Amino acid sequence: MNSLAPPMGLIAELTHRCPLQCAYCSNPLEMVRPAEELSTAEWLSVIDQAADIGVLQLHLTGGEPMARRDLAQIITHAATAGLYTNLITSGVLLSDTAMADLLDAGIDHIQLSFQEASAELGDKFGGYRGGHAKKLEAAARIRAAGLSLTTNFVIHRQNIAHLDAMIALGEALGSDRIEIAHVQYYGWALKNRDALLPTRPQLVGANACVAAARERLAGRTVIDYVVPDYYAKRPKACMGGWGNRFIHLLPSGRALPCHAAESIPSLTFASVRETSLAAIWNEDPAFARFRGTDWMSEPCQSCDRREIDWGGCRCQALALAGDAAATDPACALSSAHAVLEAITAAEPADLPLFPRRLQL
Amino acid sequence: MSAPEADETCRVKLRFDAARGQWVLLAPERAFVPNEIAAEILQLVDGERTVAAISMLLAEKFSAPLDVVQQDTTGVLTDLAARGAIDL
Repeated sequence: MNSLAPPMGLIAELTHRCPLQCAYCSNPLEMVRPAEELSTAEWLSVIDQAADIGVLQLHLTGGEPMARRDLAQIITHAATAGLYTNLITSGVLLSDTAMADLLDAGIDHIQLSFQEASAELGDKFGGYRGGHAKKLEAAARIRAAGLSLTTNFVIHRQNIAHLDAMIALGEALGSDRIEIAHVQYYGWALKNRDALLPTRPQLVGANACVAAARERLAGRTVIDYVVPDYYAKRPKACMGGWGNRFIHLLPSGRALPCHAAESIPSLTFASVRETSLAAIWNEDPAFARFRGTDWMSEPCQSCDRREIDWGGCRCQALALAGDAAATDPACALSSAHAVLEAITAAEPADLPLFPRRLQL
Repeated sequence: MSAPEADETCRVKLRFDAARGQWVLLAPERAFVPNEIAAEILQLVDGERTVAAISMLLAEKFSAPLDVVQQDTTGVLTDLAARGAIDL
């Protein structure tokens, strides 16, 4: 497998601990306990290995990555190894001291998430009183530090009506990029799907809202936005292809081709505690299973988009079509596409949200 | 024109990656592996030089006609600016 290109990015879920309880979290229902987390020394070794095999960017996520006390040490090590560091955070722990530590460590970029435009609803969806106000302070600290700011807004049926206000907030905070992310229905989000999935009229409204904002902010602020799978005609290129661009590490060191891959019970995944990152990338059967196009059946195999969307998402194919090797049902050419149409056609019910909680 | 690394408000980094044997341009949420021509151009971007100055240096280095080089340089930098990797 010497022809295999090196991975572009390492997505490091440093911990599943998080002060927030967002019901749309894509972490698995079965979260990694603090005692199982990789140690500082183990993370530093992983970073060295990642740099050696050609990883360019390190995405630090969670849970809340700032809940790790050794975060600055991890970033310092990554920066020294030449990795571009991107911190994906809720911002509620981003104090003045923490910001100074991140800068000293050489952080390159911070993506800050918001749950809503207003404090009242933001705190409600995040399940953390005072969280929204802390996020506003965090945004100001990031800008004051001279870093570029990406703000991230996750949208769903219960907040999508306020998309205009969320974009206005992102703009007011001085974002260079605003990411509008429809909930991806994995983990906790899948459990809460029927309470979160937007209706088609809501989606049409959101699309129009984004189009208008893009026109207004052209040349100043980039808006990243993708139509959600459940309303798509073609699947997304999940992770840029299975085992093609990214390695995703759980807090326990288990290495996955995507964050939800453990939902496929026929696959077993290696851990960096026992196997080197190079061996995982080059030889791990789970990474090889859906890599490239050889594994595909029809309609993917003869499709001229097979190297654009790589057949879509394997986890969704399993969850909705019952076969991880099937075409993603998000594709209109999938024989299971009707399953998605039935879900989106259902009358939206007013259901309770199950908040994400780490059971200890 | 703002350069990789020169502009603190936009952390974009150009570096040589030993694993690939190629130059790479790293930006928030994205990474580019520029082709050989783009890599030559980007190595001359320092936040001070104009497109014309960069083109002159490259035309000299590769003994190439200045108008062709300037066209390539403008094309590459305009494309990267449109993708948010640099500011012109």
